[in-house]
Amino acid sequence: MRALQQTLTLAWRSLVQVRHNPWELGDYSIQPILFLVLFLYVFGGAISGTPDDYLSYMLPGVIVMNLVFVTVYVGHGLNTDLTKGIFDRFRALPIPRWAPLAGRIVADLAKQSLCILLLLGVGYLLGFRPDSSILAVVAMVALLLLFALSASWIMVLVGVVARDPEHVQLFGFTALFPVTFVSNAFVPVATMPGWLQGVVQANPVSVLTDAVRGLLLGGPVAAPVLGSLAWAVALTALFAPLSVWALNRRLARG
Amino acid sequence: MAWAVEAQGLTKRYGETVALDGVDLHVAAGRVVGLLGPNGAGKTTTVRILASLIRPDAGRAAVAGFDLAREPQRVREVIGLTGQYASVDEKLTGRENLLLVARLLGLPRRRARERAAQLLADFHLEAAADRAAKTYSGGMRRRLDLAVSLVGRPRILFLDEPTTGLDPRARRELWERVRALVAAGTTVLLTTQYLEEADALADEIAVMDGGRIIDSGTPEALKARVGGRSLVVTVREAEDLQRAAAEVAAVVGAEPTAEGQRLSARVPDPEALPAVLRRLDAAGIAVDDLALRGASLDDVFLSLTGRAAAREEAP
Repeated sequence: MRALQQTLTLAWRSLVQVRHNPWELGDYSIQPILFLVLFLYVFGGAISGTPDDYLSYMLPGVIVMNLVFVTVYVGHGLNTDLTKGIFDRFRALPIPRWAPLAGRIVADLAKQSLCILLLLGVGYLLGFRPDSSILAVVAMVALLLLFALSASWIMVLVGVVARDPEHVQLFGFTALFPVTFVSNAFVPVATMPGWLQGVVQANPVSVLTDAVRGLLLGGPVAAPVLGSLAWAVALTALFAPLSVWALNRRLARG
Repeated sequence: MAWAVEAQGLTKRYGETVALDGVDLHVAAGRVVGLLGPNGAGKTTTVRILASLIRPDAGRAAVAGFDLAREPQRVREVIGLTGQYASVDEKLTGRENLLLVARLLGLPRRRARERAAQLLADFHLEAAADRAAKTYSGGMRRRLDLAVSLVGRPRILFLDEPTTGLDPRARRELWERVRALVAAGTTVLLTTQYLEEADALADEIAVMDGGRIIDSGTPEALKARVGGRSLVVTVREAEDLQRAAAEVAAVVGAEPTAEGQRLSARVPDPEALPAVLRRLDAAGIAVDDLALRGASLDDVFLSLTGRAAAREEAP
């Protein structure tokens, strides 16, 4: 009970930070909306004939892209805590060892939920109409959050290993841009050269985008959802132990 | 006697570097002990071990009677830590920083708010309470950092170079806060590079160098151990320096050291002062200043390590 309250207090702290940092809030809100509107009206006609036809194809892609980008903040925040000494402050307090990390992840899931709902809302205003049950939408949000949680472990590792918060951001976005764009998030895979199609189809961003499309618009659901779950399990199995190991190593060094 | 801090044979190495090479340390409850030493002496490593942040490779330590290896959570319940770099959340306001720790320590919402308000008042941070900590000056940030470490009313407080980088006024303000805490019964283990700070705050000083404690005692005892007093003469004309040195040497029986127009020599007893004055007068040497001063901690440090300590102006 006490540990739960402490985790929520630490999550509260991460969320309050955003209030005093309007730029970060902008990264969660204005930036994804900007991507949505820009891509929709600039590429929409070329890819789907009209922006209206493109909207239902690309909205799931924007949601997934934004989700992947927001995970960078987990690493950024963790690295800030480590380099600025706040992590030491927490470790000298009588709270569970895992609470600071858990608090950050809980806060991150809250931010992710906000982004998903925001993008669905703006999509609705632009004319997007999901063609599925409310249950499917709930399942979609749950799947997205689960995937975000597993992908966050990669950024936890980056946050532990990086020298300073700026390097986390630099590395995070440099690595994630190709990963999100070499996917079917914005452009149908059939238009790409053959050698690239294999890569795109294996990319977890494509798999998750397909799952979101299936759950929002109908179409194949089982295969992409299972694929997304498999990726989530694999990423967690690999990066969670690695991150914890690296974190303990860094702390023992200090 | 009840030891607030008890450490034996603490050893820590990082690769080839030996950070701690067998540190023994005892701090009696209610006392202020200063760990004094240059950068890299092992002061911070010692404090980080005692604050349960890192484990020693060898040796054992207990804080407030709780063994650090077996009961680190009990230790964390009774300590406060203020690090070398103010470890407050810069994105939160001063008040939020205090609330965060109060809630983590299990204070109910209302009590947490009251405690935060009280500490903000105690540390003269009320006007800035609802501003993000990143807008604070260096002195304000240190005060907030110290206030945050006091939320849980720790019995034992670790202060790791609490005034490094502060201007003299901010430093004195922080000293006043520490003195008030000690008066209220808090035990303090303080690390510092500043001899003046150790002298001003500590009941007892442990001098560290190269990962070991090379001497310890009260400031007075350490100074007495270096021995005697120094006679300091400043001559008016530079060309008189040689002659003045000869006169001083004739009285104290040893060649004085010269620095600019100033000569200083260790003297066995205060009688030397009038004797030197008479001889200089007879030799017609004009003197700007003639004084006898007790050994300073600078002298202690120099005689123990063979090096001068960090100066007041250090960052």
